[in-house]
Amino acid sequence: MNPRTCSALRVAALCLLLALLSTTVPSSAGAQENPIIPGPPAPLKLPGLQHFELGNGLRVVLMENHKVPLVEMEMIVRGGSVLDPAGKTGLATMTAEMLEEGAGTRNSLQYADAVDFLGASVSAYASMHSSGVSMFTPLSKLDSSVALFADVVLHPAFPEQELERLRNERLTSLLQAHDQPRAIAAAAFNAALYGTSHPYGVTSIGDESSIRGIRIEDVRGFHARVYTPRNATVIVVGDIGIEQARGVLERHFTTWSGDRPDFPDLATAPQVASREVILVDKPGAAQSEIRIGRIGTDRLTPDYYPLLVMNTILGGSFSSRLNQNLREKNGYSYGAGSGFDLRLAAGPFRAAAAVQTDVTDKALVEFLKELDGIGELVSDEELDRARNYLALLYPSNFESISSAAGQIAELVVYGLPDDLFNTYVDRVLAVTKEDVQRVARKYIDTRSISIIVVGDREKVGKSVSALGLGTIRMMSIDDVLGPAPTPGVGQ
Amino acid sequence: MRSLIRWLLPVLLSFPAALSSQLSLSYEKYTLPNGLQVMLHEDHSLPLVSVNTYYHVGSGHEKPGRTGFAHLFEHLMFEGSANVPEGKFDEWLEAAGGNNNGSTNSDRTNYYQDAPSNALELAIFLEADRMGGLLATMTPATVDGQRDVVKNERRQSYENRPYGMADITISEKLFPPEHPYHWPTIGSMADLSAASYEDVVEFFRTYYAPNNASVVIAGDINPAKTRELVAKWFGPIAEGKPVPPIDPPVAFLSSEQRSIMEDKVQLPRLYMCWLTPAAFKPGDAEMDLLAGVLTGGKNSRLYKRLVYELQIAQDVSAGQGSQALGSYFEIEATAKAGHTLAEIEKVIQEEIDKLKTTPPEARELARTVNGFESSFLARLQGVGGFGGKADILNNYYTRTGNPDYLNEDFSRYIAISPVDITAAVQQYLRDDGRVVLSVVPEGKPELASPGKAGAK
Repeated sequence: MNPRTCSALRVAALCLLLALLSTTVPSSAGAQENPIIPGPPAPLKLPGLQHFELGNGLRVVLMENHKVPLVEMEMIVRGGSVLDPAGKTGLATMTAEMLEEGAGTRNSLQYADAVDFLGASVSAYASMHSSGVSMFTPLSKLDSSVALFADVVLHPAFPEQELERLRNERLTSLLQAHDQPRAIAAAAFNAALYGTSHPYGVTSIGDESSIRGIRIEDVRGFHARVYTPRNATVIVVGDIGIEQARGVLERHFTTWSGDRPDFPDLATAPQVASREVILVDKPGAAQSEIRIGRIGTDRLTPDYYPLLVMNTILGGSFSSRLNQNLREKNGYSYGAGSGFDLRLAAGPFRAAAAVQTDVTDKALVEFLKELDGIGELVSDEELDRARNYLALLYPSNFESISSAAGQIAELVVYGLPDDLFNTYVDRVLAVTKEDVQRVARKYIDTRSISIIVVGDREKVGKSVSALGLGTIRMMSIDDVLGPAPTPGVGQ
Repeated sequence: MRSLIRWLLPVLLSFPAALSSQLSLSYEKYTLPNGLQVMLHEDHSLPLVSVNTYYHVGSGHEKPGRTGFAHLFEHLMFEGSANVPEGKFDEWLEAAGGNNNGSTNSDRTNYYQDAPSNALELAIFLEADRMGGLLATMTPATVDGQRDVVKNERRQSYENRPYGMADITISEKLFPPEHPYHWPTIGSMADLSAASYEDVVEFFRTYYAPNNASVVIAGDINPAKTRELVAKWFGPIAEGKPVPPIDPPVAFLSSEQRSIMEDKVQLPRLYMCWLTPAAFKPGDAEMDLLAGVLTGGKNSRLYKRLVYELQIAQDVSAGQGSQALGSYFEIEATAKAGHTLAEIEKVIQEEIDKLKTTPPEARELARTVNGFESSFLARLQGVGGFGGKADILNNYYTRTGNPDYLNEDFSRYIAISPVDITAAVQQYLRDDGRVVLSVVPEGKPELASPGKAGAK
């Protein structure tokens, strides 16, 4: 139920990357100075994290927030789509979806009814390196909600007929992806960087053959191996203290048992070898979806803070160079931006925008200009702006319990120290221009980069080829996503 | 132009006895001599503030031939003003650690600036400078620049998006040509091309005056000090002329209007729409609950039958699009491969007919109302952004005249009984007054729903 208002936003969130931004302001208006210089920011004091462990090895981390009578919990286990076996891509995400299809004494509909009636929500997910279940409840329904939350983690029913239903839905989603320029661009980009035999190079819902191949035994096996208390952490945020949290979790999670599994290391993917352009034909498209990038780095890199600042200047805020150039200066796009996906292993760096069809070639030139330009020393003004932008709104990540839980989840998944929250601001503010230049040169090299354009080949093919950027590969949507599946047909 | 979802859930809730004391936002409100409405709300939990501004003008105030103008104008509000050179609005705010956005719908245009509390005066100054001095830096070139951006917004959000043109067509069929909801907020490409610098000047002078605006400042503020800053920066702005009221014709559907649209899509999608009561008028809340009964959660009537049991639809959703001059209720469903929209419409019609004769179970309403309760509470956590407390206060003020309308809003849902739903379905979801649109893959009109005349 999404009652919708007719709203047009000034800036919409562009996929993950996002924010767009910056720079180069023509200073013809004279060097007019900002007349209001703010004083020093108020100190940030966040509630500390509290830790305890249940007898079965389940770790718990709590952040109290007593503003409204709500509680958010998130159970996270190590292990996600990177564990999908060969030929069974999509197993981790399917296992997560199946958790909601009946648990304990309730079938799928009964379970949903019970959760909805409490005004709670329970939702499971799998990402690349972790899987989890989130639960959100009014404090007044805490015990009943945690009982339902524990049921999906400990006692999922995994009914076979629900797997068939979800399989059909998933094949239909794959079919619909053929309509969606962004989905096509994402799939082409990931495959170009990592190849389709690396987990980062494939779509986490799977392809037609792997979706058809997942059996209920696969789901049960993945759950038994990965969802164990010694492999899990429960995050608790909200209007609740440590004794109440311990009590309710002990009541519902103590019978859970299992050991911490060992996982194989992820193969290292080779960097993009040269500059390559992949043009995916979408006849009649009003815009070209552009993705430009290469393999970046991992979340535990010592370059983390310089990378944040560098990306903010390049394409991480409204006033960033890419957005200022592609949107404000040239009007080619509604918004352009860039971002690093920082994971346990090196994830992609990407710059992105949807640009109007007839300026696709010009937009590519501007993209490359900015990607090269960020390797030069940035100005003091840009550096200060980016550092402050990252540091001073940081407290807003802790306004809602769901958002705070997300921040804590990052600590859990990457094994980061609790003091990150209280050192983040200082570390961002300590980044120098030289740091920014160093990481820009280290991670952004337009000589080895993949350029994806999803657009109308008849209209853009010639002018893009004429740029002479590198080898050009022409692809169809079916080349990228596979032939459109025919759900409901076949096995 | 119903495009981006701004309010995930209308405000609501349940368990009134337990909650009523919390469903409230404290505020102080006053009016500047120039007519600007000002509201202040304190929340010292984090060192953050939000300056949230509503201008009481939207695409509903536009004229045919100049559609999309209110939204184009919203973009121009970030392009500089008397003491803020072009580009500096964002640069100065970001340099202080702040963030901002704006949005336009048929009824109003809103802006927020979220910032660390030490940057409160900067945010107030930036907002006031463009309210008082936008035209000082505006040039035809600035207008051209944002015209291109907005055209790309239209391409990205409508033309290049699967099923993206459906909502535009539906509005045209629901509302007569002279009605201001007939055209989309994003506007037509032709009208965007025609917008002139002179239009900008006239629009600003007519609508962007302090007497047609309201500002909420919320967060880690000192109210007395904040009043001084408001007086200092907003006080000198001259009051504008009274804003001309709009007088739209009545929208009424005297028959069923069916149409087919082809699009570059794999699967056909059905849209069924009815005209319904305006926001906060009797009947509006019933439509919100009806949406929950029909498509909220796995046990809702249409989801359960179409998606879960029969598995002939990939998705189904329903919602009340509440607007000031009149709302619409919409059901949309996408057929699975190998299924037609006629099959889907038949099931939807059966469920509507059932509700016309038999009230829903109390539990069906409770599931929806209880979910509203939680999401309503969740929205009381943050100060800024779209949907934060500053925005909630300004939105309620704009729509109802009462910034703290939480409890009244909540009470509407609690008061609704199953028979009220049946009465509302009978009254508003009429078979002989609705718009039914089939969007089908190119070259496959046979997948459209022909309606009763053509049904098997």
